[in-house]
Amino acid sequence: MIVTTTKGEMDDSLLEHRSGEVDDDNEFTTWTEYWLDGELVHRSAHVTLKKMPTFAGAETASF
Amino acid sequence: MSNTQSMCTSFMGEILTATHNFGVAPIRAATTADTFKAALYLASATINAATTVYSSTGEVTGTNYTAGGVTVTNGTAPTATNSSATAGVAYWTPSASFVYTTVTLTTAFDTVLLYNSTQSNKAVSVHTFGSQTITAGTFTLTMPSNTTTTALLRLSTT
Repeated sequence: MIVTTTKGEMDDSLLEHRSGEVDDDNEFTTWTEYWLDGELVHRSAHVTLKKMPTFAGAETASF
Repeated sequence: MSNTQSMCTSFMGEILTATHNFGVAPIRAATTADTFKAALYLASATINAATTVYSSTGEVTGTNYTAGGVTVTNGTAPTATNSSATAGVAYWTPSASFVYTTVTLTTAFDTVLLYNSTQSNKAVSVHTFGSQTITAGTFTLTMPSNTTTTALLRLSTT
């Protein structure tokens, strides 16, 4: 697979691949890194938010 | 039959479409939907409920990232749904993920600001996530399902 890196397009067989994920109450995140000779040359991340801002409920006045 | 005091759910939906105006502004120039954008902010920035308008202060900078962020895909109009005689939810979610393609953002960022670029860049909502950096890669924020309980923006009565 060809990967876009800081060195240009490279075949992933030439790179060290690392990946991980975060799964908590707020988000599910995955990330992918490619390293070349100890240098980070590509990092992508994909975040899916779980917890949205909370809006106070609307009310009408009583007479 | 009986009457029940309540905020009309349709009203909440119509707030999301600017049908009602209790003030004197703004004068809307078009009947089409406004353009909304999504900008990323550094973990060191101060973006919160007090934010009233998009600002480049604290915004990320880097290769292939355009100040102001990306345009939000808005293919689904807001929906208002009653859950009882007194309660309901009005909600809206962008119809596609926010995608920042082949960017390099080396300083940690953890926030996206949704704002209305048609209405003088007025702020809509702030969403935070774990700090990220991107190197010659793509950052994607996937939207939640557009439902009464998970939509990105929800106004509700109980």
